[in-house]
Amino acid sequence: MRSIKSLLAAFALVCAALVAGRAGAQGLTLDIVNGVPSAIPIAIVPFANETPGLPPSTDVADVIRMDLNRSGKFRALPRQDVVELPTRGAEIKFPTWKLLKQDYIAVGHIGDAGGGALRVEFELYNVANQQRLLGMAFTGQAGDLRGIAHQIADLIYEKILGVRGAFWTRIAYVTATGTGRNIQYSLIVADSDGYNPQVVVRSREPLLSPAWSPDGRKLAYVSFERGDSAIYIQDIATGSRQLISARRGINGAPAFSPDGSKLALTLSYEGNPEIYVMDLASRAMTRLTNNFSIDTEAAWMPDGQSLIFTSDRSGRPQLYQVPVGGGTPQRITFQGEYNARASIAYGGKQIAMVQGKGNVYRIAVMDRSLGDQYHFVSPGDMDESPSFAPNGSMLLYAATEGSRGVLYAVSEDGRVRQRLVLADGDVREPAWGPFRQR
Amino acid sequence: MNTTVRVTMAALLCIGVAACAKKQEVKPAPAPEQPAETAPAPTTGKYTPADLDTDACLRQRVVYFDFDKSEIKPEFQQIIACHAKYLQDRPEARMTLEGNADERGSREYNLGLGERRGNAVSSALQAAGGSASQLNVVSYGEERPVCREHNEACWSKNRRVEIVYTAK
Repeated sequence: MRSIKSLLAAFALVCAALVAGRAGAQGLTLDIVNGVPSAIPIAIVPFANETPGLPPSTDVADVIRMDLNRSGKFRALPRQDVVELPTRGAEIKFPTWKLLKQDYIAVGHIGDAGGGALRVEFELYNVANQQRLLGMAFTGQAGDLRGIAHQIADLIYEKILGVRGAFWTRIAYVTATGTGRNIQYSLIVADSDGYNPQVVVRSREPLLSPAWSPDGRKLAYVSFERGDSAIYIQDIATGSRQLISARRGINGAPAFSPDGSKLALTLSYEGNPEIYVMDLASRAMTRLTNNFSIDTEAAWMPDGQSLIFTSDRSGRPQLYQVPVGGGTPQRITFQGEYNARASIAYGGKQIAMVQGKGNVYRIAVMDRSLGDQYHFVSPGDMDESPSFAPNGSMLLYAATEGSRGVLYAVSEDGRVRQRLVLADGDVREPAWGPFRQR
Repeated sequence: MNTTVRVTMAALLCIGVAACAKKQEVKPAPAPEQPAETAPAPTTGKYTPADLDTDACLRQRVVYFDFDKSEIKPEFQQIIACHAKYLQDRPEARMTLEGNADERGSREYNLGLGERRGNAVSSALQAAGGSASQLNVVSYGEERPVCREHNEACWSKNRRVEIVYTAK
């Protein structure tokens, strides 16, 4: 009997390992929820494989197509409607693409660069005047092809719209898998489209509030591994980390200053949650708020001169702004009974937040250049944690579907949403990383 | 319900359920702990650690709250009173108050809310005779729900402070 039991236990372990492995391999899947008809039509022709071997497993044109569609600014011609397959500018028959009502066309090919490396060349043309807008080449390994595709998407986006693309960026998020005693939390870093997820931290205790350093090399986050909350800063590449704060009470809501020299954080060791700013070199602390209420979730204005934070000093949570040198916080949100967790874009002109009304929580964006107009970019009911892309064109947020948490990427106008779903478990706390250096 | 009845019921249930495991236990579904209505703390004599397992009041270890609120509702004063008396009777006793919030709203704000609830229970215990040195507050915000559905019935179970004795 005993041996049967242990055999069963071993079998269960193997099963668990298999399930975990499958979940890790599946990663995130993608789903377009709705589209926008006014977007710019562009044809991305499949990149020709000109290597001696099999075509690479990454479909570069498909990655570019998905990126551009997800932005809401473009409508890429579906693969099945790409009727001709030019690989170079000279091969493009422009009347075909005019007939297909395409404004732009991108073509490319992948060749052997020697030593196992690949060379990806691409060109972008304006269909109306047949003008060549871009022509570039990238060299990398097969494993770099998704990154190269994102960089090409960024270049196309910038050339046509005059705004830097943010597809070649990374996102961080937290997953919780398992239930009860077997729950496991992971802090994960992935490409902006959810591919290539890599576990940065694993813990049996809750992880939350990942925040990127401006150079994209480090993450600050909150971990309960010591029993109570503590803030760590971890180097993503090396895994080395520093304990930043484990004072009595709450150690939460870390946020790097735009120059990376300081960290805003929430501490309650002096009685109730207050916002502090730590100089990371000297560890010297400045207390920014002093109120008998919950003050938390500081977000830096891009000029580093002030911070937006959540406070319920007026009774319910609302957003306030305070100078980095201290001073009286000014309330900035007056619409909605519950406003929290600010994310800032466009030099501070746009502020995204969780806006709650009754039992419905949605992501709202306030435009301060338009007399504080609000628009919703998510449908609810349980949406939270908005995080702007570094170019402000899109946001990530966490939503609840059925019994689990999922992430959405949504265009800034709210018209295109794409779900990033983990195959197994609960996904939350997304944070969009900064631009990467080429 | 005596054991024979339970076994009989279990057997009947097993017949009804095709894939019934043999070891299935038939227990009433765990109801959320209800505060005792009339269980006054003993006014004479001192509590002992054994009372933690037997005393009707001391066995209540959860205080529930209204949405976005940290005021202790009148029905929980009895629990506060008996645990405060225990702390007073047993100066070596220590407890951690684990503050929790429901899932609505932002996680970091809910950390603050959980702590505020923990502090409210801590203050009430001190006002009723407990000592600050016996009390520790930890907030888990919305990170440790006991119920995972998205409705008020569930949320009301998650908005809570759990009293955890770390030394009896």
